[in-house]
Amino acid sequence: MRVQGGQRWAVLAAVALSLAACRRGADAPPRLHLLNASYDPTRELYADLNAAFGRHRRAVGAPEVEIRQSHGGSGKQARAVLDGLEADVVTLALAYDIEVLAKAGLVPPGWQDSLPHRSAPYTSTVVFVVRKGNPLRIRGWTDLERKGVQVIAPNPRTSGGARWGYLAAWGAALRRNGGDEKKARESVAALYANVPVLDTGARGASTTFAERGVGDVLLAWENEALLLADEIGKDRFDIVVPKVSILAEPPVAVVDKYAGKHGTRAVAREYLEFLYSEEGQEIAARHHFRPRSAEAAERHAARFPRLELFTIDEAFGGWESAQRTHFAEGAIFDQIAVAQARR
Amino acid sequence: MRARRGRGILPGFRLSLGTSLLYLALLVLVPLAGVALRGATSSWEDIWRAATSARALASFRLSFLASLGAGAANAAGGLLIAWVLVRYRFAGRSVLDALVDVPFALPTAVAGLALTAVYSAEGWVGRWLAPLGIRVAYAPAGVWLAMTFVGLPFVVRTVQPVLAEMDTHLEEAAAVLGAGRLQAFSRVIFPTILPAVLTGFTLAVARALGEYGSIVFISGNLPLRTEIAPLLIVARLEQYDYAGATALALVLLLASFALLFATNVLQRWSVRRLGPAPG
Repeated sequence: MRVQGGQRWAVLAAVALSLAACRRGADAPPRLHLLNASYDPTRELYADLNAAFGRHRRAVGAPEVEIRQSHGGSGKQARAVLDGLEADVVTLALAYDIEVLAKAGLVPPGWQDSLPHRSAPYTSTVVFVVRKGNPLRIRGWTDLERKGVQVIAPNPRTSGGARWGYLAAWGAALRRNGGDEKKARESVAALYANVPVLDTGARGASTTFAERGVGDVLLAWENEALLLADEIGKDRFDIVVPKVSILAEPPVAVVDKYAGKHGTRAVAREYLEFLYSEEGQEIAARHHFRPRSAEAAERHAARFPRLELFTIDEAFGGWESAQRTHFAEGAIFDQIAVAQARR
Repeated sequence: MRARRGRGILPGFRLSLGTSLLYLALLVLVPLAGVALRGATSSWEDIWRAATSARALASFRLSFLASLGAGAANAAGGLLIAWVLVRYRFAGRSVLDALVDVPFALPTAVAGLALTAVYSAEGWVGRWLAPLGIRVAYAPAGVWLAMTFVGLPFVVRTVQPVLAEMDTHLEEAAAVLGAGRLQAFSRVIFPTILPAVLTGFTLAVARALGEYGSIVFISGNLPLRTEIAPLLIVARLEQYDYAGATALALVLLLASFALLFATNVLQRWSVRRLGPAPG
């Protein structure tokens, strides 16, 4: 078939025009949007929180806000924002990932003090999930170092959540041994010698433990552990809470640069403040995160046993230094891993 | 190739070449240049050190050996499947034909989870292998298995059309001239399909080298033992170490490019030696 030159261009022009028309149709009337870049296990939590925030806005007669969620590994999300994902707020697993955004000028330098409780509206800790009935009688951290106990833990090099687990083990060992770094290192090395699979993320490790049936103990965030024990594997798992563990503080922040650009600074801040409200705290508790509010904590006291918790600032002098000494290329975690593989 | 002067249905040679180049540039060249430029911000010593650490070397060894092994397995298995699909007519043939493409369409994470479920010590297959002392999941064999899975379609899809177009008279002639079945295959059929097998093999190896999604589920990711190179790249990105990640990426990139280039050369050599593949 032959088409004349003129006709040919007419066809192309028609295609271009119809594409342009599609584009125009996509423009909706101006509306308030927020994009919340969060990490993986908060999917259900923020689905509920966003709905509650919407109800709250309607109740006070404020204009409607549409909140969009993006979920992924904490570090991956921070990199996405760094590379131009225009999130108005970030709600990540560790302060280190927001610190990176602060260094790039996306978040103001004093971000951690701009909201209560070092910008962490809810907390969690690291606990053990064991098979029903706890056949190996796992009670505390030293039991994870025993020969023949298989521990499932994600890889601290690829997972932010896994770093909390590693640091919990290290900090607990430090406390046991009066601050002796060498002993702590031996303890942590013995623990990771018992790890047959280093999954790349926390959910992967849960799957290996729960679905593959690999391992005797899963080192997990308390919220993941409760999800596993209460909802996924009723009657298949028990949770063992050690005497000492880390206070995991997943932080939140307004991404000032993008919120400013979108004109959403005020509503973004209001959204994060809502997380601290009684309603927000109640929802967080229902999704297995430890609330900051005393009343909500009281109501859910049965599900969150008391234990001695240390913070990353107390035990490690903050993320920056923990990162440098433990997780950087060739740092302690790498040394432990390489020494084990050589043995 | 020369431009055809005749007026076809689509705008002519210059426009189509320009569009092709733009398309390639936007999809391949510009992102690759980005990788190279990011790597260029660090010194050669840094790149060398990042790419030659004990863990990096162990991961390269595993990645390259396992992907070559996967390519070889697929060359043999793929050839067999292509043969069966082309030469025989049987019930369910079209289903089998469609099944070959599944590894292309399936999200690799799903593939990884499924393979791990089947081959772990508690899985359907794994529980029979475990007493024999064979570990697949959380061992190097698992890496090879996942790579073989994702590379399966390549050899089948490159060999299939060549086999289908092959003139069966050649085989008949060989038989008439007294060749046995084995001889007919090795002297007549195999030389004809060899270039296609080679192409499929290289594509499968290159694909396996870059595979990440399915392998991280089945390998166990143990340092120096079952860590693949792409995992180390992700681990470095997780520390915001773009330069270190790029150093590893450059090595993988050069290796893939060398592989693909080698195929092209082999391809041309075999065409010159054996004449163009029929069809």
